[in-house]
Amino acid sequence: MTEDTMSLFEETALNAKNKRVQGLYRTLFMLMTLLLITPVVIILATLVVKGSAVLSIDFLFTDPTDGMTAGGIFPALLGTVWLVTVALLVSVPLGVAAAIYLSEYAPDNWFTRLINLAIINLAGVPSIVHALFGVGAFVIFFGFGTSILAASLTLAIMTLPVVIVATRESLQAVPQAFREACWNMGATRWQTIRKVVLPNSISGILTGVILEVSRTTGETAPVMFTGAAFFLPFLPQSVFDQTMAMSLHLFVVSTQVPHVPEALPYGVALVLIGMVLIMNSISIAFRMYLRGKKKW
Amino acid sequence: MVSQAVSAAVEQHPVKLEVSNLEISYDGQPALSNVSLEVRENEIFGIIGPANAGKTSFLKSINRMDMFNPNMNVAGDVRFNGRDVYNLRNVYALRSRIGVVFPLPVGLPLTVYENVALAPRLKGVKDKAELDVIVERCLARAALWDEVKDRLDSLGSLLSGGQQQRLTIARALSQDPELLMLDEFSIAVDPVTTMRIEDVLKDLKNEMTIILVTNLVQQARRLADRTAFFLEGECVEIGETEALFTGEVKDQRTRDYVEGRFG
Amino acid sequence: MSEQNPSSVEIMDAFDRRDLAWFIDKLVQVLVFIGGISAIVFIIGIFIFITMEGFGFLLDTLDFREFFMSPWWEPTDEDEPSFGILALIAGTASVTGLAMLVAIPFSLGAAIYIGEFATGKKRESLKVLVELLAAIPSVVWGFIGLSIMNPLIIELFDVPVGLNVLNAGVILGLMAAPIMTSIAEDALKAVPDRYREAAEAMGATRWQVIFKVVLSAAKNGLLGAVLLGVGRGFGETMAVLMATGHAINIPGSVFDSVRALTATIAAELGETAVGSDHYQALFTIGIFLFVITFVINLTADLIVRGIRNK
Repeated sequence: MTEDTMSLFEETALNAKNKRVQGLYRTLFMLMTLLLITPVVIILATLVVKGSAVLSIDFLFTDPTDGMTAGGIFPALLGTVWLVTVALLVSVPLGVAAAIYLSEYAPDNWFTRLINLAIINLAGVPSIVHALFGVGAFVIFFGFGTSILAASLTLAIMTLPVVIVATRESLQAVPQAFREACWNMGATRWQTIRKVVLPNSISGILTGVILEVSRTTGETAPVMFTGAAFFLPFLPQSVFDQTMAMSLHLFVVSTQVPHVPEALPYGVALVLIGMVLIMNSISIAFRMYLRGKKKW
Repeated sequence: MVSQAVSAAVEQHPVKLEVSNLEISYDGQPALSNVSLEVRENEIFGIIGPANAGKTSFLKSINRMDMFNPNMNVAGDVRFNGRDVYNLRNVYALRSRIGVVFPLPVGLPLTVYENVALAPRLKGVKDKAELDVIVERCLARAALWDEVKDRLDSLGSLLSGGQQQRLTIARALSQDPELLMLDEFSIAVDPVTTMRIEDVLKDLKNEMTIILVTNLVQQARRLADRTAFFLEGECVEIGETEALFTGEVKDQRTRDYVEGRFG
Repeated sequence: MSEQNPSSVEIMDAFDRRDLAWFIDKLVQVLVFIGGISAIVFIIGIFIFITMEGFGFLLDTLDFREFFMSPWWEPTDEDEPSFGILALIAGTASVTGLAMLVAIPFSLGAAIYIGEFATGKKRESLKVLVELLAAIPSVVWGFIGLSIMNPLIIELFDVPVGLNVLNAGVILGLMAAPIMTSIAEDALKAVPDRYREAAEAMGATRWQVIFKVVLSAAKNGLLGAVLLGVGRGFGETMAVLMATGHAINIPGSVFDSVRALTATIAAELGETAVGSDHYQALFTIGIFLFVITFVINLTADLIVRGIRNK
């Protein structure tokens, strides 16, 4: 190799400068990312440290006592299970149907665009406006009163976009060629969906449903006036009863009740966030597992 | 209507498919225009021609796949068993009687067994023993049985390309179709297998009507009773296959194509 | 010249009948269509029901000038109740504004790092982390503002109250940032690799590619991300209810306590009599929030769709 060609490979001054600048930017953006994430991680760590002081099996499975300044969170925990279950019973069938329509039937026209716009807005309407709607529609107009039913319907409508978007995405991930092969054999649209499309997207739909459970668990404003109560001396017996709820319980013990020991609301917050993050993690892990398991 | 010679062998056969003045366009762009032809029962009707001749569109218009493509527009008359397919009460029943094999192999993400059992199941066959018989017969005819008989439970979508293509043929046969339409089926299959399938097609001719779209002119010559030549959205010529290949043509373009001057 | 076989027509007639599968298919089509239009029905329903509850007030009592221009929100004053939401708008705007000051640079920075610099495992785990952060419920954020940020602000800045614009703004910023990061990262990912390759082939360095090519190609998507963050901040309820101090105030500094539109509804709805002026006024605020977020979401959607169609 001659000296001339050697020099081609040497770092020019410009190259060195570019490298420095690039390294600088890289570090800058990494710092920004860390600055965004670190405080939240510190905050979560604080929650864990302070909350774990009150955390125990008893805390989860006993009633609050002494005007909610002591005892456990069982009625709130159970109430959240009620609210989420009833909400899912409504939103999953409706959301899956909507997604099937949008992915498998809807023509590309203004009406379909209108539906998509409605979904985006349903997700964007403030939660307190959903609460007002729940009060106006379910509590008053349909006469359900403040009840699990009214609260769950409000939650169902609010989280409907989560199911629709996740389901639609997993339906659309099934290649079109599979559908055409089925149609060519004389299968109806529905037979095609049932035999080939749904079996290959059901896990993606499940991922979306878990995500919705997590969203529904954490929502507070929509249940405040529609069915969740600050405190109830009894457990709900049917969907027409009111209930306590984890999310509202955190609000209540941290703002509405005097003389609460400092650790108690931390414990409630820890349980709530634990429920939400565990479900999200399951959903994410499930999604990654599926990504690694190709069927075509 | 274009006058067309009918060979002595199939002359007596009733008309299975009658197409007149067929026009197909996508978003206003014409893909095929003014096609009129007849396909008779138990004949193999070949269609040859280069890419973009409108061959695939032609097949899609027969089994009404335009229904799933809002951009595709079909005008003219297509009669299957004398019945206008654009005026049916149940299009799905029509499709269940027409088997189709498209060039790109599609193994459905079901087991090999379920791939072939799907169409009979849709028709209401529930008996396991009966399904077993159908599955084995169709896979055997598609020259795939020996390779997959020990792994009928593996996913059809994970077979090799050539195997998936034969699975597609087996699936079409599982419909027990009256009309079988093959669109360049040999693209993903090796020559030996192609020969085996061609032999099967010669047998199947006794049971059903076959439309064979192919880009291999010699394949048409080996199999087809009559052959149509499509070019750039036009049906240039229809005739006895042997006649076309021995130079008895009305259009110079047919001779050029058959003799390999373009394509 | 075509000979018709009469028997085959009869056979065809026997086959061409609508069977069970055909009817089930039609039924399913109707059912899923109902699912599809449900979203439209609900969004219209929301508008109708909140308008219905606030209608009497809108029609008779409401003075638009007073409603939007007066800073006095005294709906329970017995002699002369006043319904001015100017201070509440100022509260919402100041908190959302500060939140965006926090969230925009950091979420765009994070999106650039995750989308353009980070690779492999690091990138995957950062994305998962961001997704998890986005899942933290707003009531938990409110609690964090109340119990962690509040004492921190009092100590750091030596102010009497730590529940203020600063607290809620930072909380809301941290809350909106993960969502904005993922949307912004999607927008960066939507820029075709050939743009980057073309620029790199001309000798541009990584950061030149990002600044000159990727960011300008993705600017609509990034704007959409910012708008969705604004919409989110505007509509957030529990966190601002708990962290702002809930004092009606047009803020002069970030250490003033304020009250947001959403929080006002959340705090007062339970104490009002159904059908009263106060109750209806709260629904009127709801209508205002609905319209504003509708416009924001619509704009964001149009902007984001703009890049997709190109």
